[in-house]
Amino acid sequence: MYRSTVLVCGGTGCTSSHSDKIIDKLNEELKAKGLDQEVNVIRTGCFGLCALGPIMVVYPEGSFYSMVKVEDIPEIVEEHLLKGRIVTRLLYQETVEEDTVKSLKNTQFYAKQKRVALRNCGVINPEVIDEYIAMDGYAALGKVLTEMTPQEVIDTILASGLRGRGGGGFPTGRKWMFAAANQADQKYVCCNADEGDPGAFMDRSVLEGDPHALIEAMAIAGYAIGASQGYIYVRAEYPIAVERLNIAMKQAREYGLLGDNIFGTDFCFDLHIRLGAGAFVCGEETALLTSIEGNRGEPRPRPPFPAVKGLYGKPSIINNVETYANIPQIILNGAEWFASMGTEKSKGTKVFALGGKINNTGLVEIPMGTTLREIVYEIGGGIPNGRKFKAAQTGGPSGGCITEKNLDVPIDYDNLIAIGSMMGSGGLIVMDDTSCMVDIAKFFLEFTVDESCGKCTPCRVGTRRLLEILEKITEGKGTLEDLDKLEALCYYIKENSLCGLGQTAPNPVLSTLKNFREEYEAHVVEKRCPAGVCKNLVQIKIVPDKCKGCTLCARNCPVNAISGKVKEVHEIDQDKCIKCGVCLDNCKFGAIIKE
Amino acid sequence: MKSLAELQAIRDKARTQLNIRNENENNIRVLVGMATCGIAAGARPVLNAFVEECAKRGLENVTVTQTGCIGICQYEPVVEVVVPGEEKVTYVKMDAEKALKVVNDHLVNRNVVTEYTIGKYSE
Ligand SMILES: Cc1cc2nc3c(=O)[nH]c(=O)nc-3n(C[C@H](O)[C@H](O)[C@H](O)COP(=O)(O)O)c2cc1C
Ligand code: SF4
Ligand code: SF4
Ligand code: SF4
Ligand code: FES
Repeated sequence: MYRSTVLVCGGTGCTSSHSDKIIDKLNEELKAKGLDQEVNVIRTGCFGLCALGPIMVVYPEGSFYSMVKVEDIPEIVEEHLLKGRIVTRLLYQETVEEDTVKSLKNTQFYAKQKRVALRNCGVINPEVIDEYIAMDGYAALGKVLTEMTPQEVIDTILASGLRGRGGGGFPTGRKWMFAAANQADQKYVCCNADEGDPGAFMDRSVLEGDPHALIEAMAIAGYAIGASQGYIYVRAEYPIAVERLNIAMKQAREYGLLGDNIFGTDFCFDLHIRLGAGAFVCGEETALLTSIEGNRGEPRPRPPFPAVKGLYGKPSIINNVETYANIPQIILNGAEWFASMGTEKSKGTKVFALGGKINNTGLVEIPMGTTLREIVYEIGGGIPNGRKFKAAQTGGPSGGCITEKNLDVPIDYDNLIAIGSMMGSGGLIVMDDTSCMVDIAKFFLEFTVDESCGKCTPCRVGTRRLLEILEKITEGKGTLEDLDKLEALCYYIKENSLCGLGQTAPNPVLSTLKNFREEYEAHVVEKRCPAGVCKNLVQIKIVPDKCKGCTLCARNCPVNAISGKVKEVHEIDQDKCIKCGVCLDNCKFGAIIKE
Repeated sequence: MKSLAELQAIRDKARTQLNIRNENENNIRVLVGMATCGIAAGARPVLNAFVEECAKRGLENVTVTQTGCIGICQYEPVVEVVVPGEEKVTYVKMDAEKALKVVNDHLVNRNVVTEYTIGKYSE
């Protein structure tokens, strides 16, 4: 029996800041002090506060150490684990109060969160099935198989109001109902773990931190629709997730939680993993199914929908990782419990990957109906360097931006569409007044141009044209007419593309154009980038009145664009200047400005 | 997995180890003084005896933690028991044997073991 447990984050974020070395060092020090039988070291999944990694939590005290270094370990072992003196200096400073230590769940970052899909992430050892079972794991599967009919399972999911977390927001129970209604000798349960939205890592964290939740949920889905086989489609760039999934599947088989006659019933179910090469379009459901079958991942027209003709032509369901992660909880706690969270038409919680110009970058799970203001200013800790919020992009390359005037709109599927954005899979990028909206639109278009599979012309050629116009604008060569052309082309692509990628690719352009038209106009009419991002449109200038002629700027300019004699006013040659900004940072008299 | 009972058995067994990660403010807290003086006086066997015994009895409402020096080194090993809403009880000159009695009498049956308390000792 261990008297103390040390949880070290083994999520991708903390692993890349060497949390594995911390684990090694911990084990070494504990052994040296003869504490290895008293203190248990466990590698968990992501805690959400990735920016503060590596993360380490010591129980029973619940002390939350952040940005832990290997060199800190001897001190933590000696002081805290041996002598019971918490090393306050190394704690996440928000948890340190006058003379006590605040529990993590009361910190600004966690207080407003509600963890359902992420409930076990950063709590259990994802590589030990017993730990999942200790948290009531597989009890939902047991309940479903021994006490409920497939129809009752579907009714429960329908009543919970759960909607797909992969972007579309389609009611999960309805999807299952359709697939259950279609008779076939074989049906399939598929999981979309492709997670293509740049900057999103919600699904990865569930796979890394709680892989059994997915396995259990897919088995429940199999029972509900009458399928005995399941496929998990994961991108190959997620090696830790794939490894943990494999371990989890092996353990589940050993316990007879996958395989034949589960819980002594007639129900048989097993899972397979398929690795995707990371093409964004493979996240589209028909392309994903084609890819699982071993063909090139290209979308095909719907109908027929997968519920009718899916994997290998058989009735199939396909759901997102986070969607599945909610299922066991709904079965155990009831549809009413789930439906009590959220808004009228969006129930439960949503996980977001917070990124961009925000203090607490990381993973957050909030009840539907939370406002963007709460996410940005409370959970997210506000914008760094005291800068001003400008917009937030949700839905990644398919989504749009939310502006300041909508900061207080409760976030749910329908409200986000109403304000011209979308829920998407959970990427949430915050922008401040140093972000140029034309540049943001260009960034997403570069992504879609790269990722378009090329099967249909409106998307393949259209997105490229869009990008060319945007490039023209950021270079200061755009005209007002280009803005109209841009808009018309957006609508054309949306209406004529075959799959969701093309149909949504123009959204970032339309949304920034709608909300920040004056910024586009500044680029084309005044040839000015108000945020000072577009290099061709900014000028670095010296204010003659302020220049003392110290020559510092001239000596540091990498391209010798600055001339002037000692103690005389200096000048920048605009033809030579590459706008690197070095002189701006150098001048001690504030004589150099950017406009 | 043949039955729900089998799952339940695994669950119960694994739960004692995970209980430690459950921060519950309403738990009874057992604080074992573990600074240098406490360790020298034999606080570690006391700490481990509390942990083992609470786990064996499945006491999910008890949190056993170590703490730094409590400041009365001549009485080490010192153990404080804090039942929410009640006066803190300080046990002194503890050993593993005494720990078992405190678990049984105080933590389970809620009777303070007066003979081990600091009040009794300093009389
Ligand atoms: C271009 C494109 C990319 C997509 N990428 C993903 C993805 O990475 N993950 C995902 O779950 N769904 C993705 N989707 C949505 C899926 O097609 C599908 O709607 C979803 O997996 C269904 O699961 P859900 O109902 O649980 O959300 C994508 C759709 C499109 C059009
Ligand atoms: S819309 Fe784009 S990604 Fe989709 S099928 Fe057409 S070319 Fe391929
Ligand atoms: S560093 Fe500033 S003050 Fe010095 S020469 Fe350059 S502009 Fe003038
Ligand atoms: S911005 Fe860079 S290139 Fe331009 S003048 Fe300053 S230092 Fe030289
Ligand atoms: S990866 Fe460690 S907190 Fe997210």
